[in-house]
Amino acid sequence: MKDQPYLDTSPEVSDEIRKTTCYMCACRCGINVHVKNNKVSYIEGNKDHPVNKGVLCAKGSAGIMQINAPSRLKSPLKRVGPRGSGEFEEITWEEALNLATTWLKPIREKNPEKLAFFTGRDQSQSFTSFWAQNFGTPNYAAHGGFCSVNMAAAGIYTVGGAFWEFGQPDWEHTKLFLLFGVAEDHDSNPIKMGIGKLKARGARIIGINPIRTGYSAVADDWVGITPGTDGLFIMSLIHLLLKAGKIDLAYLSQFTNAPVLVDNDTGLLLKDKNNKELVIDQKSGKLVTYDTKNISPRLTASHNGHQTVFYHMIDKYLSDEFSPESVSERTGIKAGKIRAIATEIARVAFEESFEIAEPWTDFRGKKHKTMVARPVSFHAMRGISAHSNGFQTCRALHVLQIILGTVEVPGGFRFKPPYPKPSSIHPKPHCKVTPGAPLDGPHLGFVHGPEDLCLKQDGSPARIDKAFTWENPMSAHGLMHMVISNAHAGDPYKIDTLFMYMANMSWNSSMNTKGVIEMLTDTTDSGDYVIPHIIYSDAYSSEMVAYADLILPDTTYLERHDCISLLDRPICEADAVADSIRWPVINPDRDVRGFQSVLCDLGARLKLPGFIDDDGNAKFKDYADYIVNHERKPGIGPLAGWRSKSDTGKGPPNQKQLELYIKNGGFWTKHVPKNARYYKPWNLGYQNWAVDTGLYDSPQPYLFSLYVEPMRKFQLAAMGHGKRQPPEHLRERILTSMDPLPIWYPPFEETVTDNDEFTLHALTQRPMAMYHSWGTQNAWLRQIHGVNPLYVPSKLMKSHFLKDGDWVRLTSIHGTITVPVAEMAALNEHTVWTWNAIGKRRGTWALDKNAPEATKGFLLNHLIHELLPSKGDGLRWSNSDPITGQAAWFDLKVKLEKVKPPSSSKPVFQEIKSPVEPGPNIILQGQS
Amino acid sequence: MHPTPSVIIFTALSGLGFGLLVFLGLQMPDVTGGVAFIFFAIGFGLAVGGLISSTFHLGRPERSLKAFKQWRSSWLSREAIAAIFTLCVMAIYAIGRIFFDYDIRILGVLGAIMSLVTVFTTSMIYAQLKSIPRWNTKLTPVYFLSLSVGGGALLAGQIKVCLFLLIIAGLFQLIVWIKGDRALALSGTTIGSGTGLDTLGDVRAFEPPHTGTNYLLKEFVYIVGRNHSAKLRIITLILMIGTPVLLLSLPFSHLLAALAVISHIVGLFISRWLFFAEAEHVVGFYYGKR
Amino acid sequence: MTTLPEKTERKLGLVIDLDTCVGCHACVVSCKGWNTENYGAPLADVDAYGKNPEGTFLNRVHSYEVTPEEGTPQLVHFPKSCLHCEDAPCVTVCPTGASYKRYEDGIVLVNERDCIGCGLCAWACPYGAREMDSVEKVMKKCTLCVDRIYNENLEPDDQIPACVRTCPAGARHFGDFNDPESQVSKLVTERGGIDLMPEQETKPVNKYLPPRAKDTLEEIDILAPLLKPVAEKPDTFISWLNKQLDKI
Ligand SMILES: Nc1nc2c(c(=O)[nH]1)N[C@H]1C(S)=C(S)[C@@H](COP(=O)(O)OP(=O)(O)OC[C@H]3O[C@@H](n4cnc5c(=O)[nH]c(N)nc54)[C@H](O)[C@@H]3O)O[C@H]1N2
Ligand SMILES: Nc1nc2c(c(=O)[nH]1)N[C@H]1C(S)=C(S)[C@@H](COP(=O)(O)OP(=O)(O)OC[C@H]3O[C@@H](n4cnc5c(=O)[nH]c(N)nc54)[C@H](O)[C@@H]3O)O[C@H]1N2
Ligand code: SF4
Ligand code: SF4
Ligand code: SF4
Ligand code: SF4
Ligand code: SF4
Ligand SMILES: [Mo]
Repeated sequence: MKDQPYLDTSPEVSDEIRKTTCYMCACRCGINVHVKNNKVSYIEGNKDHPVNKGVLCAKGSAGIMQINAPSRLKSPLKRVGPRGSGEFEEITWEEALNLATTWLKPIREKNPEKLAFFTGRDQSQSFTSFWAQNFGTPNYAAHGGFCSVNMAAAGIYTVGGAFWEFGQPDWEHTKLFLLFGVAEDHDSNPIKMGIGKLKARGARIIGINPIRTGYSAVADDWVGITPGTDGLFIMSLIHLLLKAGKIDLAYLSQFTNAPVLVDNDTGLLLKDKNNKELVIDQKSGKLVTYDTKNISPRLTASHNGHQTVFYHMIDKYLSDEFSPESVSERTGIKAGKIRAIATEIARVAFEESFEIAEPWTDFRGKKHKTMVARPVSFHAMRGISAHSNGFQTCRALHVLQIILGTVEVPGGFRFKPPYPKPSSIHPKPHCKVTPGAPLDGPHLGFVHGPEDLCLKQDGSPARIDKAFTWENPMSAHGLMHMVISNAHAGDPYKIDTLFMYMANMSWNSSMNTKGVIEMLTDTTDSGDYVIPHIIYSDAYSSEMVAYADLILPDTTYLERHDCISLLDRPICEADAVADSIRWPVINPDRDVRGFQSVLCDLGARLKLPGFIDDDGNAKFKDYADYIVNHERKPGIGPLAGWRSKSDTGKGPPNQKQLELYIKNGGFWTKHVPKNARYYKPWNLGYQNWAVDTGLYDSPQPYLFSLYVEPMRKFQLAAMGHGKRQPPEHLRERILTSMDPLPIWYPPFEETVTDNDEFTLHALTQRPMAMYHSWGTQNAWLRQIHGVNPLYVPSKLMKSHFLKDGDWVRLTSIHGTITVPVAEMAALNEHTVWTWNAIGKRRGTWALDKNAPEATKGFLLNHLIHELLPSKGDGLRWSNSDPITGQAAWFDLKVKLEKVKPPSSSKPVFQEIKSPVEPGPNIILQGQS
Repeated sequence: MHPTPSVIIFTALSGLGFGLLVFLGLQMPDVTGGVAFIFFAIGFGLAVGGLISSTFHLGRPERSLKAFKQWRSSWLSREAIAAIFTLCVMAIYAIGRIFFDYDIRILGVLGAIMSLVTVFTTSMIYAQLKSIPRWNTKLTPVYFLSLSVGGGALLAGQIKVCLFLLIIAGLFQLIVWIKGDRALALSGTTIGSGTGLDTLGDVRAFEPPHTGTNYLLKEFVYIVGRNHSAKLRIITLILMIGTPVLLLSLPFSHLLAALAVISHIVGLFISRWLFFAEAEHVVGFYYGKR
Repeated sequence: MTTLPEKTERKLGLVIDLDTCVGCHACVVSCKGWNTENYGAPLADVDAYGKNPEGTFLNRVHSYEVTPEEGTPQLVHFPKSCLHCEDAPCVTVCPTGASYKRYEDGIVLVNERDCIGCGLCAWACPYGAREMDSVEKVMKKCTLCVDRIYNENLEPDDQIPACVRTCPAGARHFGDFNDPESQVSKLVTERGGIDLMPEQETKPVNKYLPPRAKDTLEEIDILAPLLKPVAEKPDTFISWLNKQLDKI
């Protein structure tokens, strides 16, 4: 080692590690924030954390560039120029909150529904909805409606929980994993960790995706399906497996509503007087309720002409319309390939099955000696849900899982507590407005028939977004993407104040971005804005800021308290319940406040019941105070950890709670007992544990719904039954789309466009190293994804004489954009795509006005309309799933033509005056 | 490779300078006093000028003295040492010639040899790089040396020798180009060997690791159009070789000689520009730029 | 001392699993985060919010499309950092000795105090594993996190490179290739780890595990044994079903 320079291989790493929760995306991993002389010096994953177990994605590791981003808003802003100009004056918080109060107070006293309060990438929905409920407006929802409500709702109505982040494959045991339409999902790290586990074991992964990147790139087999046709493909698999008898009969008869009898006349399920489904017992042949002790329901029973759900399924799915040959052309998958996949599924599910010696008892009192594996697992996300046929497609996928018996068994799909949770024990939507008083209940929920719709006396929509109406009866998450256009059109009614939080609605969050911008700036004859007041909370200089009249600047994720609550979208793992917090690991250097704390303050100023004590004073000092002291029900609060000595998850508020969370690394977990790890919906071990943990009030065993009865109720209404009747023009659609057994129909846009002209499907994907619009302000991430070419299949590149870097004009029935292209071979021949939300507007995010994001980057959103073209009857249906209202982002059809390179991608929007200073030219992170 | 002016100037001028010193060391022309001073001044001027310009492409020129340490392994180090040594030897020799009309013969010869060695070491800095197949050949030193002595002869006014050497140099230049154009292909390095994916099929670069540029792209991925380079090559031959040879074959006149020199130097610069600009670094494969 | 050690006591490096890498860039950013704070000068980002943002990174993730003779095109994500070659040309060309390969573990480093920023080492590296920092004007490269792997201030299981610790998919492995029992050595034998650009004769220490064979599910005609219909029509299916159910 003679002439080697001296090297200190044990330098001090940092002064201190502060453990909190990442929020560079919604996955909410645990992070160790290293702090050197009171500045954040390095962020790494927290090894003990249930979500990420130490790993960290690119976004999370780049957090340091986020909390120092020049785009951070510095103080409350009041608009002085016209909307969209970006001209603001800085005001004090007192002024800001007073202004908000003067707008909101009269609304609450006269007609609370004139406030529309919608939140985007929000993680405190149980809190924001509580606020809205106390305000008394029915017009509250988060972004789920344009995100993936099809997935969430289909899952909950069918199996009592969804993919999304409410469940996960049994990564430890699964031997075959099929991934439908996922580029990234919310479970960013867990899915990667899971795929890593499968790869280490050499288990097979099949990627069903028009585009072969990311997860589909490492998949052992790739199915480059034609967008919008997954339903057909899945039902063809169901067809083949049924026909070959490769189904789990024991599972179907015990745990699903396959053996439940369907009333021949109504199509409703036969029930006893306590409203319990009826089945025929295999042994006694008697008609009994499904949960009668020790019975075994018979799949092939009939009773005075009433046949089981299973009979109906057989009739439907054995039909040749689902044979591989019939679906092959539409799906773009060879019949032989469909068979190959069905065979592999059957082989692994039934021939590679194994048993875990873990006795358990089901809700009928039947004792099972072991847990039987069906080691085939599925996961899916927006690729199948963001279509107008998404709900039924997601349902179909769950039905496939169920007939194989792969839900809640070893090697299959597992729920994360507090799921499973049947739709029946979820709240129903509430919309009864009383001036000056809270709403009659939670806004969002699950309808079980026309009686649960949110309609006024005159039958008109009670909500501004028309959620829970005949247009989309099961819109469990609301329709945030319709709020602005409905409010602008005054249909169903006009509003006074639009209050939004964390949603870039004048840019990447909206369909028809240009139109939305016009609606936000449109004025009445008297010169007032059509939407009179807009209040918005953002942390950064986004495209949306310029369109608000009042800006409430938020902190960054390392500067505030947050709680990731079991009452909300939890971070649990299949083997444990968990919740976590964020806490100010650094203090803001600007005049900003955590938005939830601001809501506590505003709530008190408005004298909202939940936010004032008996003598009318503010009840919560700030959000931290709320997190610790708020109780939903006695003993149940935002955080489940350290509420009581025994630490069950229930108990009275504990003032030391946050300290204890921080001491424990920012999170709390409680593990599921071994005998409760599988069969959760029927496993008494789990049911009882869930009650002790405060997840249920009482045990809630239930049957999986292959047949979703509430949908039948809407069909009946469409046929003229019942007193709540749909408008004439919707009867037909309700009748056809709301089939209680999964069906497939072509995505709506295809039915209203000339498919010989618009031959291509256009999609977006999440880049793993970028988060929607807000990743772009990140100096490190934007070097990785600073532009987004339109990826075009090789064949098309040749036929259009295109080479990488050339430009095309991309046109849909709704609009035209001009963008750069790049070639891709591993891509469905009829599909083009680009990365989502890379394109930025000049003047935003503290970027140079010539930043590539603004000159080359682009959005597909300009090509997508929130309404479909009129069908001749003059009516324009929303570009959404007819059942849930999920925005149909991926129904988009386009055509392209080569053009001369323009000076910048089109459309070009006028530059916004930046409310913040431009960033430094050079960053030397870590310079001491 | 990115054709950095400082490096082009460095190799071209120092080559010429040391080339001239070769002949002065061999007393061609056999001059002393004022005339010798002018000749040596030109020689040293070019050599030193070149060396100085080479420091312009250093990130940390203030540390350039450290560059003398690694003669055991580094051609750049060797070049630095050889250059300095040569210049010292030649300095003493020159002083003798200019001021004392005295001729330390062995120093002259040694200096001449060392001048060639110096040019050789310069050329080896490039010739050693396997990562740049076009350079990684014995032809590189030959190309540097032939032009160095050819140009040196020209400056030294050794007409006959010069005509001979320039024509040789011209031929080598041609061979360098012809062989050079095939070097990358023959090197066996491809996007396939770079990724190890060639066993699976036809490999194509998809998405780059970063949408912006970086040091690698700027420094190593420089592409000259075929036609463009063809034109430049012809111009090079005409200016660097053809014109001087023609002018020198005419009855001698200082004007023509001067023109010949200028033409040669301009040609030499273009030749050197091509030498760098056309050199393909294999890292280009990773970026799909080859 | 830019002459290379005959043999190093340990041979530390990375195995990168191309069958598992999903191309998420996590390793890229955590590498940037760790190394800009530690070893030597910060990794500068220039024009950070401007037209041509350009920063120094020690690890970058490429992606390649592979189209087989016949069959389906594939996409491979391809992380690349210094391979800590045994015959490292970047070391021998260095005129100052700033670039060196450690005797004890074979890590190739740049001693920034001695670096004159001549760039020759980067020229010599066929892999593009070195980047000149545009502000500090010295050569930057993967340090194999030499200030982590021996760092007593870190917990033992954290004494691994930042990129390895953070990789969500577990596609990166760190270890001693001199030890045949090490996980890296085993992986290389089991999965046929390969060298990049072997013809460059740099003897890279880092190895790449090639993607496993893809799209191997053979298309199946009607006669798939496992899919042999138990019945063609609903009624016959029911009778089959009844037989089955009586068995349960
Ligand atoms: N073409 C196309 N469009 C799409 C999609 C698609 O697939 N294709 N996907 C849709 C989907 S699923 C979604 S969820 C939306 C997402 O789109 P958005 O919900 O708009 O998500 P972002 O743009 O990431 O962030 C919204 C705003 O939150 C702000 N923000 C970030 N951090 C904070 C904070 O800590 N506090 C506050 N108050 N604000 C903060 C950001 O500055 C940004 O302005 O995009 C939709 N748009
Ligand atoms: N890094 C990162 N992570 C994120 C986000 C982010 O912006 N960045 N956003 C978060 C949010 S809000 C959401 S909603 C989730 C969404 O996460 P994903 O569900 O992964 O959503 P997308 O990225 O839109 O990917 C949709 C995928 O479906 C495919 N696809 C499109 N149409 C079809 C089809 O008809 N059939 C099939 N089989 N596939 C199809 C597309 O090719 C794409 O791969 O990601 C979350 N996680
Ligand atoms: S996935 Fe990445 S960005 Fe999202 S929370 Fe985890 S670390 Fe943060
Ligand atoms: S972190 Fe792992 S999976 Fe992600 S790009 Fe790097 S090596 Fe690949
Ligand atoms: S990869 Fe390049 S920099 Fe690293 S050791 Fe090999 S040659 Fe040197
Ligand atoms: S840049 Fe620095 S490390 Fe590289 S060769 Fe030159 S002096 Fe050596
Ligand atoms: S080993 Fe360290 S320096 Fe090298 S790539 Fe990984 S993180 Fe970067
Ligand atoms: Mo979303």
